[in-house]
Amino acid sequence: MTDTARTTAPTPSEVLPAISVRSAGKIFTVAKGAEVQALTGIDLTVAPGEFVSLIGPSGCGKSTLLRLIADLDSATSGEILVFGKTARQARLDQEYGIAFQSAGLLPWRSVQANIELPLELHGVGKAERAARAEELIELVGLTDFRSRFPDQLSGGMQQRVAIARSLAERPKLLLMDEPFGALDEMTRERMQQELVRICSETGAAVVFVTHSIPEAVFLSDRVVVMSPRPGRIVDIVSVDLGPGTSRSDSLRENPAFFAGVTAVREALHGSPVAPLGADLR
Amino acid sequence: MTMTTGAGLARRRWSALLWGLLGVVLLAVLWEGYKAIGPPTGVVLFDTSILPKTDDRSMPHLVDMLSRAIEPVNTSAGSPPVWVAVIGAALTSLGVAAVGWAIGSVVGFLIALLMQRLQVAERAVLPWLILSQTVPLIALAPVIVAWGGKIQIGAFSWDRWMSVAVIASYLAFFPVAVGALRGLQSPDTIHVELMRTYNAGWFRTLLKLRLPASVPYLLPALRLGAASAIVGTVVAEVSTGYKGGIGRMIIEFAQSGTSDPAKAYAPIAGAVVLGLVSAGIVALIGLTLKRFNRQEAAS
Repeated sequence: MTDTARTTAPTPSEVLPAISVRSAGKIFTVAKGAEVQALTGIDLTVAPGEFVSLIGPSGCGKSTLLRLIADLDSATSGEILVFGKTARQARLDQEYGIAFQSAGLLPWRSVQANIELPLELHGVGKAERAARAEELIELVGLTDFRSRFPDQLSGGMQQRVAIARSLAERPKLLLMDEPFGALDEMTRERMQQELVRICSETGAAVVFVTHSIPEAVFLSDRVVVMSPRPGRIVDIVSVDLGPGTSRSDSLRENPAFFAGVTAVREALHGSPVAPLGADLR
Repeated sequence: MTMTTGAGLARRRWSALLWGLLGVVLLAVLWEGYKAIGPPTGVVLFDTSILPKTDDRSMPHLVDMLSRAIEPVNTSAGSPPVWVAVIGAALTSLGVAAVGWAIGSVVGFLIALLMQRLQVAERAVLPWLILSQTVPLIALAPVIVAWGGKIQIGAFSWDRWMSVAVIASYLAFFPVAVGALRGLQSPDTIHVELMRTYNAGWFRTLLKLRLPASVPYLLPALRLGAASAIVGTVVAEVSTGYKGGIGRMIIEFAQSGTSDPAKAYAPIAGAVVLGLVSAGIVALIGLTLKRFNRQEAAS
């Protein structure tokens, strides 16, 4: 951080990356003292407001990386900074909102009460809570469902509530672990659309774990491609849609989108994908 | 996921009541049926009595039991009808059992909290809890009475009913402790981690997550505890010699069994009703916590 401050002198908040991971590693100790290297040599910087997806096969450590950033696990080596603070401090300061694959709503709380939960825990007054919940309910399009309970909602609706809840405290960073993984394809595409809109409205940086290539390309500014055993970053693909291209449904038929999908796929399979003939020989 | 309509719920409740009544009728038919066709000397196989004698002393007619219940307890002047005496004794027992249930529930819940908080405690305490329930109450009762008799602090002195309540609580705490522990441990990892991301400490997590999540486990445990408290009270009344309750009455009436066999069944029925009433009272408490009994959202 001091290096960048010396060369140019913009205000610190402008240079401060949302996330800065430097040569981070994670070793899990499993039964009988055996060790599993889940992550090794991870370097990643996420700029404020940037949308970054983590993609890779199962076991590549993408969820683990997210959990390290969220301070739900701690790295065994390296350094993880969130807005210049340690991951732990960032968690204590509520610097991020989080959403998991299952919505994780509390079944005895209404939609509104679920969204208010983090605010309630942090002593926000009742009127202010209600006002904020109202905004968020509108943002995720659940106005008619505010007093419903989770078991009365579809999977997609539950996930919307979870996203609204993760946004409750206006975090500048959103961590999402396959939030649409359990949804059907139609709902999934609609939710992606919604997420793009929500992100542009809130301006939060997002780290998004997925194993869908089109989903990653559709949503992200950059796609981080990871590989297992040990979990590491093999490539970072920038998704360049060209100037003025908005991430709307029509993007799914745009050549730039296909180019992005191809680039990510090649990175995933070890580039280039082409030598199929060589394999068959 | 199916939403239960009001009409459907009411119908199910009526059918539950109907099945319950049917069970009682079936029992009555069995009783009278065996009495009608069974041999008067009972069924004995290899010198072992398999089925009871069917004479009026061993198996009085149901009608006799009912008519005896509305006659006075004994021949002395001003003696109340048996059913009135039974209700009085049942209420006495209910009061003692309620105290025992309350103490047992609080203690059981606190033990569960401790076990949830400290894993070491769970491993250390749980085996003792299970062991505690294998101690026969009959053996325990004199010890508690003897200990209680030594307690005298100022104006307070240990009463016999307190021994009964303590023994009742000894039975009641166990299901509550086990049920509450399961309930407190029931939240999913995702919920616990979510609370961690909110930087909510143990107490906050307890208040907002574990306690509400434990309700579906706690209510049946409390109901079970109530039934146990009644059993404990009845047994403890007998073994401590506490007078005025239904347990004592069962013994007293049974002793007059040879001359007045139908009389003994009234307090037994009273004890059964008492168990049902106590479980019902706890169920009423549960109604106020209905919101927490919601199913986990399907995801």
